[in-house]
Amino acid sequence: MNTMNPSISAKADRRDQGAEIPVPQDKPEDTVIEEGKTVGKPFVNDPKFKLRNVNVSYGSDRAIKNISIDIGKHEVISFIGPSGCGKSTFLRCLNRMNDSIQICRVEGQLMLDDEDIYHSKRDVVELRARVGMVFQKPNPFPKSIYDNVAYGPRIHGLANRKSDLDEIVENSLRKAGLWEEAKDRLDAIATGMSGGQQQRLCIARAIAVSPEVILMDEPCSALDPIATARIEELIADMSKSYTIVIVTHSMQQAARVSDRTAYFHLGHLVEVNETNKIFTSPQHELTESYITGRFG
Amino acid sequence: MQTANLLPLVLVLAVVAYGLAYMRSRAVAAPLGGIRNLKALPFYYAARAALWCAIPALIVLATWAGFEGKIIQGIVIATLPPDTWPESPGQASLILSQISNVAAGKLNPEFVPEHIAGAASVLEAMESRSENFKATLVLLIAVLGGTFAWTRVAPHINARKNVETTLRRIFFVCAALAVLTTAGIVFSVFFETVRFFNRVPITEFLFGTSWSPQTALRADQVGSDGAFGVIPLFTGTLLISAIALLVAVPIGLLSAIYLSEYASKRMRSTIKPVLEMLAGIPTVVYGFFAALTVAPFIRDLAGLVGMEASSQSALAAGLVMGIMIVPFVSSLSDDVINAVPQTMRDGSLALGATQSETMKKVIFPAALPGIIGGILLAASRAIGETMIVVMAAGLAANLTANPLESVTTVTVQIATLLVGDQEFDSAKTLSAFALGMLLFIVTLLLNVVALKIVRKYREQYD
Repeated sequence: MNTMNPSISAKADRRDQGAEIPVPQDKPEDTVIEEGKTVGKPFVNDPKFKLRNVNVSYGSDRAIKNISIDIGKHEVISFIGPSGCGKSTFLRCLNRMNDSIQICRVEGQLMLDDEDIYHSKRDVVELRARVGMVFQKPNPFPKSIYDNVAYGPRIHGLANRKSDLDEIVENSLRKAGLWEEAKDRLDAIATGMSGGQQQRLCIARAIAVSPEVILMDEPCSALDPIATARIEELIADMSKSYTIVIVTHSMQQAARVSDRTAYFHLGHLVEVNETNKIFTSPQHELTESYITGRFG
Repeated sequence: MQTANLLPLVLVLAVVAYGLAYMRSRAVAAPLGGIRNLKALPFYYAARAALWCAIPALIVLATWAGFEGKIIQGIVIATLPPDTWPESPGQASLILSQISNVAAGKLNPEFVPEHIAGAASVLEAMESRSENFKATLVLLIAVLGGTFAWTRVAPHINARKNVETTLRRIFFVCAALAVLTTAGIVFSVFFETVRFFNRVPITEFLFGTSWSPQTALRADQVGSDGAFGVIPLFTGTLLISAIALLVAVPIGLLSAIYLSEYASKRMRSTIKPVLEMLAGIPTVVYGFFAALTVAPFIRDLAGLVGMEASSQSALAAGLVMGIMIVPFVSSLSDDVINAVPQTMRDGSLALGATQSETMKKVIFPAALPGIIGGILLAASRAIGETMIVVMAAGLAANLTANPLESVTTVTVQIATLLVGDQEFDSAKTLSAFALGMLLFIVTLLLNVVALKIVRKYREQYD
């Protein structure tokens, strides 16, 4: 357990209470997880999302097992965990992107600003305008850069005049750090840009409808390190105005960008805590095993 | 021996050569410690033997069969007394058919001149000798080829390379055959078309507004000179195709959208095969449906609203043809809509777009090139369709844009021009080739455009 992943050891060198951590078993997969029990600090005061006893199942497969967590206002929270642990599924519950999967069933209490996300009379269009999403693979529409950003404002009727729309497009591109590169070729087709630019365009597209929350599902997994660094800077900037939930496979990324980190394991939410605590003094043996690279 | 018997015999020999070479290669390999010590697998040695056995023999067989007739005829003609030699090709073929009829026993030798009877016996003798020669030669070559390859089963010879090369050439020949057939069809149509334009000026053909291909049979006969203006036919074709597309495009497209975006899995797996079954109904069945059900219905309906409709109308043919090509549009559109990546849908939905907004603004534009390709393919099918039009739209070459009148199309005219006993040197029959050529050019252009669009579409996602 002393074989720390070297790239996160910088954050971990403050670790002084290592002796207090339970020694992981030889096979961390054997550890029994108590359903619905999350160690650390899952709840905050005045949350943006209040999620209680959430269960998600695909047919008879339970993907999310009784998870309760709060997501604070203007907070950046990372979801980490091994592949197939349910973190993306959970993320997609927050703006009901699972709706299009017919066999997917979501139960429990999911509240956004004290309104039920899954209420039968809930307008999904309005919800998704408030809770935007950026995907793993950059997915700009095969349209011009301008039309990509203007897509959301147009369908929501956010601009009355062309000049309003121009302003929204420019602001969104600026916030996404893409304005300087894109301002001279707004009419160029978006799929011709580099992967990093495309992903920032997708972020600009999400920002353009002025959401309150931005969900990011492994936004950098298809990008090179330089493009990744730019997105991470962007996340830091955006955290002033948005609540950001980011799913990531990179623990370094979670450590760099997020205020709190949640560790998922086989559909359970094992541990949530402030990011530096998670990486320096994880309380649960599974978290410990994961961040030290014993599995994942 | 007949060619028909020789062919299977050669193939049997090839199989034997395969088996023998296979066994020999294993036998050669055994003392060396297994087939891993051969340069190629036993299959390749065996296949090479089979190819050596069959291919040269078949080539000789084909060449012989191709030329034996002409050569024998030449020799037979040469045996005739010089004063009876034919003066023209027509006379020659007359004499030859007499000779072969006598030889085949259809004509009693007593009723023909003596030199013909003599030539007939020469022909008979030549033919049987030729057949014997051919059989011996072909079988000899097959056996020799097989034996040669059999002796060349040796561990250091790489049979795999030979077999691969030969197979590549065989594939090439097959591909070339398809291309050559197309070229052959085009040329045969082309030359007849040129002959037609020697009789009827090309400007009259392309720009004439009247089509009436009846020409006088004899020089002194009172009758029309024939009018070969293609415009009424193309208007009819366009009218019917346009009606068909007006029916097929909305129905096909909307059903494709329903199937790919809205229908549940079970619904889709039921509806799609049923829709595609429409394409499997023979066109002649559509034809009588159009003629016996739809056309009278349209006539009665038009009568109710006080319009006059012919009992054979462009509308009836167009409507039924439209139903027929629905699966072309729906199936191809469904495929391209499904080919639009799911991430596009997610991207749009995540921005708060509804399903129909996503369809209209993202998926449809992205799939549009492919959809257009599908529509153009359906259009060339509609233009080429004959049976429905014959039965439901009639034969009268009216130049009209009124869908309630009867019209005719290019393909229908080609069919009627060539059906029955026809002489092949009148402008009437030759005009069919000119029509065919024109139609070919039009559909070719349509296909080229469709392929271009489809290709452009492919580049977008790769």
